Amino acid sequence: MTLRLIFRRILFLLLVIWSASTIVFFIPRMSDTNPIRERFAELARTGGFSPADLEKIIASYTEQFGLDAPLMSQYWDYLGNIATLDFGVSLNKYPTTVLQVITQAIPWTLTLLLVTTILSFIIGNLLGALSAWPRAPRWVRTVATPFVLLTGVPPVIMGVLLLFFIGFRLKLLPLGGAYSIGIVPDWSSVSFWLDLLKHQVLPALSLILGSVGGWVLSMRGMGVTIQGEDYVNFAEHKGLTGGRIFRDYYLRNTLLPQVTGLALALGTVVTSAIVVEGLFGLPGIGTALNNAIRANDFPVIYGIVLFITAAVATLMVAMEFVYPLLDPRIREQ
Amino acid sequence: MTQATALDGPDMMLTPSRLRLSLRYVRRNKSLAIGLGILFFLIAFTAIGFMVIDPKHAYPLSAATKKPPSWQYPLGTDFFGRNLFAAMVVGMWQTAFIGLVAGGIGTIVGVILGFTSAYFGGWTDTIIKSVCQILTPIPVLLIQVVVAGSLDKRDVTIVSMALIIVMLGWMGTTLVVRAQVLTMKERQFVSVAKLSGVSSLGIIFKEIMPNLLPFIAAAFVVQVFSSVFASFYLAVLGLGPLREPLLGNIIWSAQSQGAFFNGWWWWPIEPSVAMILILGSLALINMGLDELANPRVRRSE
Repeated sequence: MTLRLIFRRILFLLLVIWSASTIVFFIPRMSDTNPIRERFAELARTGGFSPADLEKIIASYTEQFGLDAPLMSQYWDYLGNIATLDFGVSLNKYPTTVLQVITQAIPWTLTLLLVTTILSFIIGNLLGALSAWPRAPRWVRTVATPFVLLTGVPPVIMGVLLLFFIGFRLKLLPLGGAYSIGIVPDWSSVSFWLDLLKHQVLPALSLILGSVGGWVLSMRGMGVTIQGEDYVNFAEHKGLTGGRIFRDYYLRNTLLPQVTGLALALGTVVTSAIVVEGLFGLPGIGTALNNAIRANDFPVIYGIVLFITAAVATLMVAMEFVYPLLDPRIREQ
Repeated sequence: MTQATALDGPDMMLTPSRLRLSLRYVRRNKSLAIGLGILFFLIAFTAIGFMVIDPKHAYPLSAATKKPPSWQYPLGTDFFGRNLFAAMVVGMWQTAFIGLVAGGIGTIVGVILGFTSAYFGGWTDTIIKSVCQILTPIPVLLIQVVVAGSLDKRDVTIVSMALIIVMLGWMGTTLVVRAQVLTMKERQFVSVAKLSGVSSLGIIFKEIMPNLLPFIAAAFVVQVFSSVFASFYLAVLGLGPLREPLLGNIIWSAQSQGAFFNGWWWWPIEPSVAMILILGSLALINMGLDELANPRVRRSE
């Protein structure tokens, strides 16, 4: 991995983030609706101030956010703000900045994402490799089949079905929220943690169940190919143990393509998690986005979109730097 | 034995009509068969549904509220007084419409761009390829959220939703077509055609296009799949045309009214099952078409 390559990938990353920000800047300005008018017109309808004040409020907001400046100077200011992670102020919870909304929500989303992605990646790859492996016990295929059948069911729908069967019919797990209603979060008590965990099971399952099958399928395909390879044959004749061949020949050789697959799936994984959070009402990015959409809180919508886009693109590029660690052949080049 | 084969031989060559052959192929290609089967069922449901129901009942305040499935309302009614059977029929049709419009436009744009990029090469190729590569890591759904969110709520219709989805949904097809044309361009039959003086339009339409059709068909199915998926996600986030009984909208409204907390279980379940059938049939058809396009990649069983 040369310095030049690293430089080029970082340049690519900046291009991606710049294009996303440019799209997010210009598209809302092409439509003739004024977000601020929309928001306050709604407030005026529900009462709170007299409609006569509406124009004054809009004018002062427009001035405060510099929305009367020429488009290009707004654009340069905007790019500068984004570079310093300044996404503006929420219209709905006024003095709170968008960055604060995001930082409050992100730990929830990050935990859910990390746990579900790692679990489904490990379970799926192990099941896939084992079901392609001739010496594996028969039950592996039996276990893998339901996962394969569920491949591609959108996590939100999985969530609705789980809510119905496990939450509603069997009443085993709660129907939503991060913890039981009425409980005050007390991070030092065990019972609060248990309650919290109970509320995370269904959202996590809805993200895991549909994605394990994809890993099983791609891993099984590769496992079948590897079986025919000469080096596996040779290893068997050399008398290596089954476990050794499985670990050092099967898993090792499929690691790189599967990690690449993970990097490519990242965008979908993140958007699915956001939508599932909204469905279950977990206090993560998804619910923040849901509330912002409901309340016409445009700065928050745009901020979340930009933040997530930049995070996903950065992760994708960062994963490319992991490849040489996984595959010595790339390191040599 | 030999006699039998001798008799069978010419017989086989005479009888099979195109339809017969394709039916025989579908029987061998199981995922294509099941996928098409589910699709026909869904089309029949929608078509027969439209004869039975009054589309007006798919909209709020047209039926009793919160009734569980019964003889009068086979799929129940919701909190807003929609007959969910009617809502399913209309929603299915709207989903199909979005899928076909967004999928169709996306495929056409992708094929044209992919072709131009691969066939003419040079700076056109560089530009189209880089734009695709830069746009690909951006989670498209989020950009669609921005677009749909900045529209006036009254401007969001089924048609504008399809257009929003297709705006950033052509890169996949472009890259697939580009890769295929690049390999085909180098094949011998194209070189022969070029040497014998066929014009570039002739080569595109007579030599490359016919070989590309199975790939375009598969790309179209993928395009429809992702458009349906995208419209569903947007609607679940509450960005769809809220009055329309789009399947994602029904789930969104059920969830915002706390359907499970209140025991109205049928309300979110029905659109979910419908969506599974739609996406499942499209995924199976896509797998089947893949097998049709590359017979060498038959499954390893």
